[in-house]
Amino acid sequence: MRPFAYERAATAEEALARCDEETRYLGGGTNLVDLMRLGVERPARLVDVTRLPHDRIEERSSGALRIGAAVRNSDLTAHPAVRRHHPMLVQAVLSGASGQIRNQATVGGNLLQRTRCSYFQDITKPCNKREPGTGCPAIDGEHHNLAILGHSESCVATHPSDMAVALAALDATVLTRGRGGERAIPLADFYRLPGSHPERDTTLEPGELVTAVEVPPLAMPSRYRKVRERASFAFALVSIAAAADVRDGVVRDCRIALGGVAHRPWRARRAEDHLRGRPLTRENLAGAADQELAAAHPLRDNAYKLRLARNLIVRTLLELGERA
Amino acid sequence: MDGVDTSITLTVNGREHRLRIDVRSSLLDVLREDLGLTGSKKGCDQGQCGACTVLLDGRRANACLALAVAQDGAEVTTVEGLADGDALSPLQRAFIERDAFQCGYCTPGQLCSATGMLEEAARGWPSAVTGDLTADPDLDETEIRERMSGNLCRCGAYEGIVAAVKEARA
Repeated sequence: MRPFAYERAATAEEALARCDEETRYLGGGTNLVDLMRLGVERPARLVDVTRLPHDRIEERSSGALRIGAAVRNSDLTAHPAVRRHHPMLVQAVLSGASGQIRNQATVGGNLLQRTRCSYFQDITKPCNKREPGTGCPAIDGEHHNLAILGHSESCVATHPSDMAVALAALDATVLTRGRGGERAIPLADFYRLPGSHPERDTTLEPGELVTAVEVPPLAMPSRYRKVRERASFAFALVSIAAAADVRDGVVRDCRIALGGVAHRPWRARRAEDHLRGRPLTRENLAGAADQELAAAHPLRDNAYKLRLARNLIVRTLLELGERA
Repeated sequence: MDGVDTSITLTVNGREHRLRIDVRSSLLDVLREDLGLTGSKKGCDQGQCGACTVLLDGRRANACLALAVAQDGAEVTTVEGLADGDALSPLQRAFIERDAFQCGYCTPGQLCSATGMLEEAARGWPSAVTGDLTADPDLDETEIRERMSGNLCRCGAYEGIVAAVKEARA
């Protein structure tokens, strides 16, 4: 591991002042430390942001929750208001990693974790995300777990976070602080598709610090479901965060986001639009899934994700409807 | 590059240590190499096997993923600190009674992880298999298996591990 300078920031201003091009902010370190050991990340300086005053979950009078970026994943899932109001967020976070890692990992770090594409993590291989311009061996190589939607000739990586999928369905906002001041970035604008710049996962400016996530209230039953290669402690092949307001068998409103299928959490707006106002039937759900997945371009070995995604949409929404 | 060394204070199993460490050291390396506490094991060194699990400020954590420098001032309990002198903890006794290991390499991590997990469950924390997220979880076999999924056992002693945790949960 390359030697680095370690500094602990007490305030966001201090963190920003110490951040330059070769600096990384350190949260729980569960992804960053691993990447440093692999040689994928080689920062000259770490600024520890875990002791900034961003470790609280506040309930706003609007019913929104403001979740500090330094809140540990396990504290988020243990919080009574989050458990009561946002089951799909709790289920998403609990379905990720292990009990140990959730105790260490922070909300900000969860958002900013890097893809687990095996080529990205292997410095002996080319990778446009790690070293722009070197190529993408995954397109013709090992890609059974990679993207089917929104990928490019440069990159077919997927975003690994479960939490971010639930936040996409919840219309959450990422609050940041940078040299230009504070910003509120809707989650839909926070993550990028790879295009010709897969090295950039998000729309954050250099040095910009995530300080909190704001989650507006949601008055619909919701759930998160994840399909993976073993029962626990594995990344998603495909996952879904869904919510539905069903009355008299008709979908009044719904939210659908998919994980494991793209470079960012995939909000299925076409499927949502198709469902609103229609009876909640297997046929209509399959139709909604097909509308969304018409844009998919599966790779040689991952077309199975199309059926998985379709089945997840149908089953999860039917279950939510039964509860109404 | 200069300035790689740094000083930290750690309280490990109740004893305070002032340590001079390489800033790149993991908490696991400091426990094993600097303090001679070799109970915590290095399995994968990337957070996937759980053999390095310790209690960090009372919570189970993977010591291999924790930079030691970032834990300055922390309280750490390793497997060496679970017993009260010669009196084993109820969980340690249950591991012996239930034959919850074969080679024993993963056992220190299993013990620290289960100790932390039982505390989490006692505080009412849900897991991915908890049906009602607002109720106190019933720590049945399915719950134990899910909550212990961060600890692998290559000998496959899971039956015994689950039985031991079940016995110790009360």
